[in-house]
Amino acid sequence: MGWAIALHGGAGDIPLSLTLGSRWPREEALHHCLQIGVEALKAKKPPLDVVELVVRELENIPQFNAGKGSVLTNKGTVEMEASIMDGRTKNCGAVSGLKTVVNAVSLARLVMEKTPHVYLAFHGAEEFAKEQGVETADSSHFITAENVERLKQAKEAHRVQIDYTQPLQNGTKEETSNSNGEVQLGTVGCVAVDSYGNLASATSTGGLVNKRVGRIGDSPIIGAGTYANELCAVSVTGEGEAILRAAVARDVAAMMEFKGVSLEEAASYVIHDCMPKGTAGLVAVSATGEVAMPYNTTGMFRACATEDGYSEVAIWSAS
Amino acid sequence: MGGWAIAVHGGAGVDPNLPPQRQEEAKQLLARCLNLGISSLHSNASAIDVVELVVRELETDPLFNSGRGSALTENGTVEMEASIMDGPKRRCGAVSGLTTVKNPISLARLVMDKSPHSYLAFSGAEDFARLQGVEVVENEYFITPENVGMLKLAKEANTILFDYRIPTNGYDTCGAGVESPMKMNGLPISVYAPETVGCVVVDKEGRCAAATSTGGLMNKMTGRIGDSPLIGAGTYACELCGVSCTGEGEAIIRGTLAREVAAVMEYKGLGLQEAVDFVIKNRLDEGFAGLIAVSNKGEVAYGFNCNGMFRGCATEDGFMEVGIWE
Repeated sequence: MGWAIALHGGAGDIPLSLTLGSRWPREEALHHCLQIGVEALKAKKPPLDVVELVVRELENIPQFNAGKGSVLTNKGTVEMEASIMDGRTKNCGAVSGLKTVVNAVSLARLVMEKTPHVYLAFHGAEEFAKEQGVETADSSHFITAENVERLKQAKEAHRVQIDYTQPLQNGTKEETSNSNGEVQLGTVGCVAVDSYGNLASATSTGGLVNKRVGRIGDSPIIGAGTYANELCAVSVTGEGEAILRAAVARDVAAMMEFKGVSLEEAASYVIHDCMPKGTAGLVAVSATGEVAMPYNTTGMFRACATEDGYSEVAIWSAS
Repeated sequence: MGGWAIAVHGGAGVDPNLPPQRQEEAKQLLARCLNLGISSLHSNASAIDVVELVVRELETDPLFNSGRGSALTENGTVEMEASIMDGPKRRCGAVSGLTTVKNPISLARLVMDKSPHSYLAFSGAEDFARLQGVEVVENEYFITPENVGMLKLAKEANTILFDYRIPTNGYDTCGAGVESPMKMNGLPISVYAPETVGCVVVDKEGRCAAATSTGGLMNKMTGRIGDSPLIGAGTYACELCGVSCTGEGEAIIRGTLAREVAAVMEYKGLGLQEAVDFVIKNRLDEGFAGLIAVSNKGEVAYGFNCNGMFRGCATEDGFMEVGIWE
């Protein structure tokens, strides 16, 4: 028992040849966000506050695909989405199609706490944001040069990219400036449990590079990208469409509940046995303070810490 | 065992004072839709085609809350959503925030079949609709005088209403008196009688499919998304079963209801009816909802924890039933 926290900055085909210039800011960011989460847990903040706080930090970091630094739609705009869930009450909130809201995860929380609904999207969500007086900014705040470049490449390659997808193998690899291991970005998320066993989860993203305007992925879908109940809290990242059809986040909890397996086993089974290779990763914590961070992609930006002093920041496997 | 099976619903949570005439109309519509599905199945149509066909019929008829006859947003407009899922490979498609698409379920199917995505919403979905050349109409087409009246009542009572209310009656709700309004997400709401529509089918080859469509909550905030377009919540289909839910959207979302039926069958080895009963009993907390389900073995089942659910079901061996109450 004891508190535990885990967070991610996205799973995908993160090349092992990633340059230090690309690794360093992201690892730094993961350390920083982990620290913030740990301090909050030590200060006995409720897990719901902790995950919101950490995801806000991740959203503000331009190197990750959420909030500032979100990848772009096929029209060169940002459309951000997020969800949050309180394991204790199973209350949840979600938003999609945000263009100006600086912290999508906080708006998701407001939907949960200040409306009779669970999920608001597009212009309705933006109106709600105005009513609530949350911080907004125009698109220049969110759009980064890297993402403009990523979109250009995706259009040239005529495809929709999970932010981590490597350039196509058939020659375009050399042509694209990003091919020397430049990191693609990822959905962000955080899960936490306090020493009383209260759990919470939150996920936030800009979605897929070159996605159709209006496309919704797994991150705002309760049960797919985010889930928390009295057993565990889960935040998922990877290929949205695959995660949606497998209801990944819920499945981890379902396996624990119905099969009586541990968090580690449930999470590992769902990622390695149920999901096609290269499509997903997740972070999860259980009511008893366990942590699991499996992924079936090349790598996953992640970090975790537990009350007994253990902590880890990583991208690939230890070996 | 084996053989096809089909179930349809027009919403869970029915006003106990619903006039007999309305009850009759509802049962006739359900029977008509069942028969439509049954003759398709007799012509060997696949499950995914049948669920789309039947839900289109339900959307077109103004009686229930989907397509024409949808509940209205706080602005008096219609915003429709739907989802469809094909069991064999768990392919899915969903749409939200539609204002001009005549048959939302068909657009959801096109998202599944003709786009690299699974879920499109609002202006993006409307653009996709035009690209696909689906039939579009003015928003007014979907608005019925009855619902305009309901919206007015809802605003006067300053509550969120599931769409089906008989204006002259008190706010009888399933299991809750007028004095103690139900709460949703902690805020008081006097409720009831949602009429999302849905259909689940298992065809002769044992393939399951599910489809759900709705206009959502009366007086909802513009932009509000409910459970119907959410895969795992309002709709789910896999190798084992097909499920479509109706009721309090928020409760269905937090309970990941549709997926739950499949999960319980898969992980606990329960049969279809047991799974449905388990989920209704254990996964709704204080929420009210109902669902219909079919299994790859040709079984059909339904369950609800509130006062009535408009439904119909039929199996290949000749069984057929349309009902509202227990």
